[in-house]
Amino acid sequence: MAESIQNELVQKESQTVLLSFRQGDLEAFETLFRLHQRAVYGWILRIVRNPSTAEELTVESFFRIHQAHARFEPQRGFAGWARRIATHTALDWLRRSRNQREHTEELSSDPAAPAAADAIITAEIRRKTAQAFNRLPPKLRIAAVLAVVEEQPHKEVAEALGISVGAVKLRVFRALRLLRKDLEHEGIKP
Amino acid sequence: MNAQDQDRLKQLLQQALPPIEAEPERDLWPSMLRRLDARPASAPWFDWALGAGLVGLAAFFPASIPVLLYYL
Repeated sequence: MAESIQNELVQKESQTVLLSFRQGDLEAFETLFRLHQRAVYGWILRIVRNPSTAEELTVESFFRIHQAHARFEPQRGFAGWARRIATHTALDWLRRSRNQREHTEELSSDPAAPAAADAIITAEIRRKTAQAFNRLPPKLRIAAVLAVVEEQPHKEVAEALGISVGAVKLRVFRALRLLRKDLEHEGIKP
Repeated sequence: MNAQDQDRLKQLLQQALPPIEAEPERDLWPSMLRRLDARPASAPWFDWALGAGLVGLAAFFPASIPVLLYYL
């Protein structure tokens, strides 16, 4: 009984925060920022795969969220909306950084690569795969990294990108097909 | 490309780009406040008025374009 009253109070309070945020209240924005910054950062990091870039883009995403406060619909929830804005912020960054050698190098020398993977795949193939992946169009890359590498459910990826589940599957398929072509061009038969 | 090819490529990709999981190393709120303060200042209204005036002048008096270009 006491727990349900407590839950109701928390819900009412969060509803108040969402409504205040919609009206442009900075304190409400700070509350939402502190509640969601980890989730947004984690989501962006999965896409850009670089901690300092992820931090920068998290701040940029929340800046866009703050700018768009009047368009926020409290009944649809904050987390999904924030994730969608974060995805588009990351997509913009991927577009800007496309063809930049530094990012290719970051990807290819990912320190988190498991040592056990060497038994299955050589470092050279891994490097070329990462480079080929980095050459994919950003729209395809973002769908593939979330759905294939991070194994996020297609529904979540679709919501984050603002497209249908079918479109996510199509983008993943096109990404894999382009990747295979590129690797074959590099002399690697996947 | 059949299902087997797709699975092989997915495996290749997962090995090349292993899943990543981390949290921000610091509180990002101070950076957020700096970003909010650094909002680009909007152009004063008279800049827009001046720009509109020049565009109007060029549209109604095309002969003025070389003069405007000279003073740019």
